[in-house]
Amino acid sequence: MDQITAPHASIRQTSPQGMALSGAWTARGMGTIAKELDALRFAAEGTVQLDATDVDTLDTAGAWVLHKLMARLRTQGLAVVLQGLRPPSARLMDAVTQHEQEQAGQPAPATLAVAPGAVERVGRSAWSALEQAYAMLGFLGESAVAFVACVAHPSRMRWRPIGFNIRRSGFDALPIVGLLSFLLGIVVAYQGADQLRQYGANIFVADLVGLSMLREFAPLITAITIAGRSGSAFAAQIGTMQVTEEIDAMRTIGIAPLELLVLPKVIALAIALPLLTVFADVLGVAGGMIMARTQLDVGYVEFLDRMSKAVSITSYVVGIGKAPVFAVIISVVGCFQGFRTHGGADSVGQQTTRSVVQSIFLVIVADALFSIAFSVLDL
Amino acid sequence: MQTPANTDDAVIDMHQVMTRFGEHVVHQSVDLAVRRAEIFAVIGGSGSGKSTLLREMILLQKPSAGTIHVLGVALQDIDDAAALALRQRWGVMFQHGGLFGSLTVLENIGLPLREHTDLGNALIDEIAHWKLSMAGLGPEVAAQYPSELSGGMMKRASLARALALDPELLFLDEPTAGLDPDSAAGVDTLVRSLRDLYGLTIVMITHDLDLLWQVADRVAVLADGKVQETGSMQQLSQIQNPLIRPFFDGPRARGAQQQAQPPPTQEAAWKPK
Repeated sequence: MDQITAPHASIRQTSPQGMALSGAWTARGMGTIAKELDALRFAAEGTVQLDATDVDTLDTAGAWVLHKLMARLRTQGLAVVLQGLRPPSARLMDAVTQHEQEQAGQPAPATLAVAPGAVERVGRSAWSALEQAYAMLGFLGESAVAFVACVAHPSRMRWRPIGFNIRRSGFDALPIVGLLSFLLGIVVAYQGADQLRQYGANIFVADLVGLSMLREFAPLITAITIAGRSGSAFAAQIGTMQVTEEIDAMRTIGIAPLELLVLPKVIALAIALPLLTVFADVLGVAGGMIMARTQLDVGYVEFLDRMSKAVSITSYVVGIGKAPVFAVIISVVGCFQGFRTHGGADSVGQQTTRSVVQSIFLVIVADALFSIAFSVLDL
Repeated sequence: MQTPANTDDAVIDMHQVMTRFGEHVVHQSVDLAVRRAEIFAVIGGSGSGKSTLLREMILLQKPSAGTIHVLGVALQDIDDAAALALRQRWGVMFQHGGLFGSLTVLENIGLPLREHTDLGNALIDEIAHWKLSMAGLGPEVAAQYPSELSGGMMKRASLARALALDPELLFLDEPTAGLDPDSAAGVDTLVRSLRDLYGLTIVMITHDLDLLWQVADRVAVLADGKVQETGSMQQLSQIQNPLIRPFFDGPRARGAQQQAQPPPTQEAAWKPK
């Protein structure tokens, strides 16, 4: 009874009112015969004989197709006789009939809802964006309250997860953050080199690299890397825990998920991100220095001498000062999106994507706001 | 119920199968044969390697040594084309369903048909609806996503998908675990009716004593890395092997046994009317 090598299902007219069926009437063996059957027409009156003696195998799909053919012929006012079916196949045909009768009593399966129109879609997505912003605000508030409670009772602070998260999100990220920042320093110096050389202002490469790296690029590249690296990990971890009911279990045991899962991550990132930014500053400037020497003949000593005059301590502090804010944005968005997971694996993926996109977006928005604020304050 | 005695008709034949994870030996030497059209159960304590055995039968894992034949095909050194053909001849119902979360229940059931046959979409949906009702689920479930289903419904939907291609061989991993008694009893009758309708060979892993007594034709007891005994529940209940007794001693085991076999009539003879 090898279904794979059996000949395909076929139907053949033997007499004006007689058809002979043969081959494998199985899901794989039928191919496109269902369409042929739909096109089959008989004289308006009389009895149709279906001879199934040569049917090798019949499975559910075959029985269903055969049953549909017979039902169609019967509604056309023809009598249909099916003969020669082997006993197991005959049982299957009975099962189809039985299924049909059971279904007849039940309401037809609900058809899928109609796809919404363009206006409805816009409305729905606008509403869900608003709803999400509101929920995020709520989450931020809850986290802040939990944080204050923890500060009030330092014994409730969970130091081990904080330390663990500092290592995971901070220390382990040193190589990638360092490398990216170093390359960025090279790019900035390289792009500036041509312009500066034209004016013979080679030494100003120190101003260019120093200011741009310390104030903007180092904090930003660090935050974006960490958003992609750790923000997504937070969302995926919490999302999976949500799916496997671990979060619910935590609540029933009497552990606040915010305290165990969210606060350590926020605190750890708020500590690690400024430190990573300092590291990025150093390597970014180093990249610029190397480029200045090879492209503009500005020696290391000259470069550092000029930089200490050109770049005030304020610029340095401003750059690092932004990092804790970015850290809070990344960790809160990551955790928040994780908690919004519902359902299965699909949703975990979706929320992880959202966490990265939103945290990078918000980091850049925050950076822009900082720039405006600093220029107003003349820093 | 016919159970052919000759082992040539074995649907699954495992010979001296050994499985090792690093230093940890799961199976020392497993020999078992499943005959055509029988309901075969594998039982054993936690960690006895039941699930590993199942995974080896369905090409999800390779044993460290030994040979396995399924439906006459040797599983070691099987090439991709043969593996694909073989996979279409069996259906597997996973313990937690294994339904795809991004597809509706109906799409889940229709997936094997869509993937491996040339049938039209409307026809596939109709067949999937039938399989759904065969597994005991109402038509309203069809458009739902797996995450909206209860555990029992998820198992039934998974069974419907396993049946999509009318397999010759059906594997059930813990078919009744996590079900309420009523649904579990439903699984009993469902498994039997499927065998009778299609002449299916069914291999299941279960702890459910009622299911074992009511449905299983033969049972293999896995312990200490070996198949200790194989036989019907009645035969096994007579054997004084300390590794087998836990399945027959104890109040739950006796309850299930009594329900399956009412006490002999001579016992009733001396009882007061």
